[in-house]
Amino acid sequence: MRRRVQTFAVHGVLVVAAALTVLPLVWMVAASLMPTGEASAVPPRLVPSAVTLDHYRALFARLHLTRALLNSAGLATAVTLVSLFLNSMAGYGFAKFRFAGRDRLFRVLLGALVIPAQVAMLPLFLILRALGAIDTYWAVVVPGMASVFGIFLVRQYALGIPDSVLDAARVDGAGEFRIYRSLVLFLCAPVLITLAVFTFMGTWNDFMWPLIVLADDRLYTLPVALANLAGEHVQDTELMMAGAVLTVLPVMLLFVFLQRYYVAGIMSGGVKE
Amino acid sequence: MGRGRIDPGWGFVAPALLAIGAFFFVPVVASLLLSFTDFDVYAVARPDRLRLVGLGNYARLVAEPRFRTALANTAYFVIVGGPLSVAASLGAALLLEAKVARWKGVFRTVFFLPVVTTLVAVAVVWRYLYHPRHGLLNLLLGVFGIGPIDWLGDPRWAMPAIILLAVWKNFGFNMVIFIAGLQSIPERLYEAARMDGASGWQQFRRVTLPMLAPTFLFVAVVTMIGYFQLFAEPYVMTQGGPANSTLSVVLLMYEEGFRWWNMGYGAAVAFVLFAIILLLTLVQLRLRAREAIP
Repeated sequence: MRRRVQTFAVHGVLVVAAALTVLPLVWMVAASLMPTGEASAVPPRLVPSAVTLDHYRALFARLHLTRALLNSAGLATAVTLVSLFLNSMAGYGFAKFRFAGRDRLFRVLLGALVIPAQVAMLPLFLILRALGAIDTYWAVVVPGMASVFGIFLVRQYALGIPDSVLDAARVDGAGEFRIYRSLVLFLCAPVLITLAVFTFMGTWNDFMWPLIVLADDRLYTLPVALANLAGEHVQDTELMMAGAVLTVLPVMLLFVFLQRYYVAGIMSGGVKE
Repeated sequence: MGRGRIDPGWGFVAPALLAIGAFFFVPVVASLLLSFTDFDVYAVARPDRLRLVGLGNYARLVAEPRFRTALANTAYFVIVGGPLSVAASLGAALLLEAKVARWKGVFRTVFFLPVVTTLVAVAVVWRYLYHPRHGLLNLLLGVFGIGPIDWLGDPRWAMPAIILLAVWKNFGFNMVIFIAGLQSIPERLYEAARMDGASGWQQFRRVTLPMLAPTFLFVAVVTMIGYFQLFAEPYVMTQGGPANSTLSVVLLMYEEGFRWWNMGYGAAVAFVLFAIILLLTLVQLRLRAREAIP
C-alpha cells in the first residue's frame, strides 16, 4: 500500500515537472503555427485555431534567414571538423607520450578552465582586427579551433588504449601519424562522436562572440539574426516563434538522435577527477 | 630515444597548444595589460595615442555606480539562481533514480531538452511567456489567484524572471551529473543503513548526501563559473533594464568594450570578474577539502 502511494507520488511529480518543462517549447511551436495575432490573444491559447506555415515562409522569403541558417550550419561544421582534428591529436599526445613537462602543461591547461572566455574577448577582437579577420567567417572559427575540454575528453578516453596495440603497429613499421590516423582515431570513435556533438551544438548556440565579430548581416548566424529580429519585430509574436523554432530545431533533432553520446560526454567530464 | 630527437608527443599536442596559446592565453595576458591602459575609441584608430594609466581603470570602476549595480545584480543571479538550479537538478535526479520510477529514459530526455536549446531562441520565447497581459505564466499563476505580475517591466521582478528562465534552461545538465553520482553509490551502503533501522530520510542524510559530496563540489563550481557569465538573457530580454535591474557584469563589459570602445575599462571589468570567480572557486575547493577531513 505504502509502495503504491509512493509510486503514485513520484510519477505525479515527474509528470507535472515534465509538463512544465516542455510547456515553453510546446507553446513556441504552437504559436509559430498560429494565424497572425492569435499568439497575443487574451486569454492565451495553446492550440492554434488554424495551422498556417505563413510565418516560416516569411522567415525565408522576406527576412532571408536561409542565409543565416546556412551560416550557422557551415560555421558549426567547420569548427567541429577543425577542433576534432586538433583536440584528438592533442588528447592522444597527452595520453600516450611521455615528453618532458607533459603533466605540468596539462595541469596549466586544466587550470585555464576557471578563466571565463570573456576575459580574452577584447584583445582577441583587436588581434583579429589587426589580421583583417573581423567581420569574416574566420573570426568565428579561430577561437574554436581547439579547446581544453575537448583535449581533456579525448585524453581520458585515449588513456584506455593499451600500449601493446600501439607498439605492435610501430613494430610493423607504421609511422606515428599513420598510427594516429588509422588506429587511434578508429579506437577513439565513440568519444569523438561525443565531442563532435558537443562542439557542433556549442558553436550553433553560441551568441556573444558571433555578435561581437560579425557586423555584416549576411554573415549573421541564426542566434545573432534572431536577436536582431527580436528587436525589430517585437509585435510579430508568431513570426518570432517561427524564428525560434528554426533556430532550436536542428540542434534538438541532433540531440534526440545522438543523446547517448552527448550524455556520456557530460558524465565523463563530471565524475572523473 | 636519442638526444636531440624531439618526442613525437610534441608533434601531436603542438597544433592545439598553438591555437589555444595564440587565441586564448595571449589574449588573456593582453587583457591584463589592456586593463592598465586608457584604450578607447580614439586608440582604435590610432594605437600610438595609447597611455598607461596604471590602476586607473580599476579605481574608476570601484567608484562607478553602474559597475556596483552590475556586480550586485550578478551576485543576486549567482547566489539565488545557482542554488535553485542545483536544487532542481538534484530533485529531478532523485526522482528519476527512485526505485519505483518508470519511463526514466523519456523523463530524462524531456528534462534535458531545454539544455540543448539555443539560449537566444528560448530567451525570445520566454519574453512572450512573461508578457503581463497575454503571457502564459501569468495565466498559470492566475489559476492560483496570483498576479498579474509585470515580470520584465518591474525592476523587482526582472531578475527573478531571468533566474527562472536560467533554472529551466540549465537544471537538466546538472541532473545528468547527479544521476551519474547517485548510480555510483554502492547499494550495500543502503542495505547496511536499513539493517541499522535508518529511515528513508536518514538514508538520504547519512548515505546519499555524503557520498554525493564530490559531485556537489563539481556541480557547484561549474554552475557558479557559468552563472557569473550571465549575458544573453538580459541582452535579449531586458537590455539590462528596467532601471539597470538586470545589468550583469558581462553585459557591462560588452557595452563598455564593444559598444563604446572603452576597451581598457572593459578589460578591467573582465579581470575583476575573473578575480572573483577564481577566488570563489579556490574558497569552495578549500572549504570542501576541509569538510572531507573529519
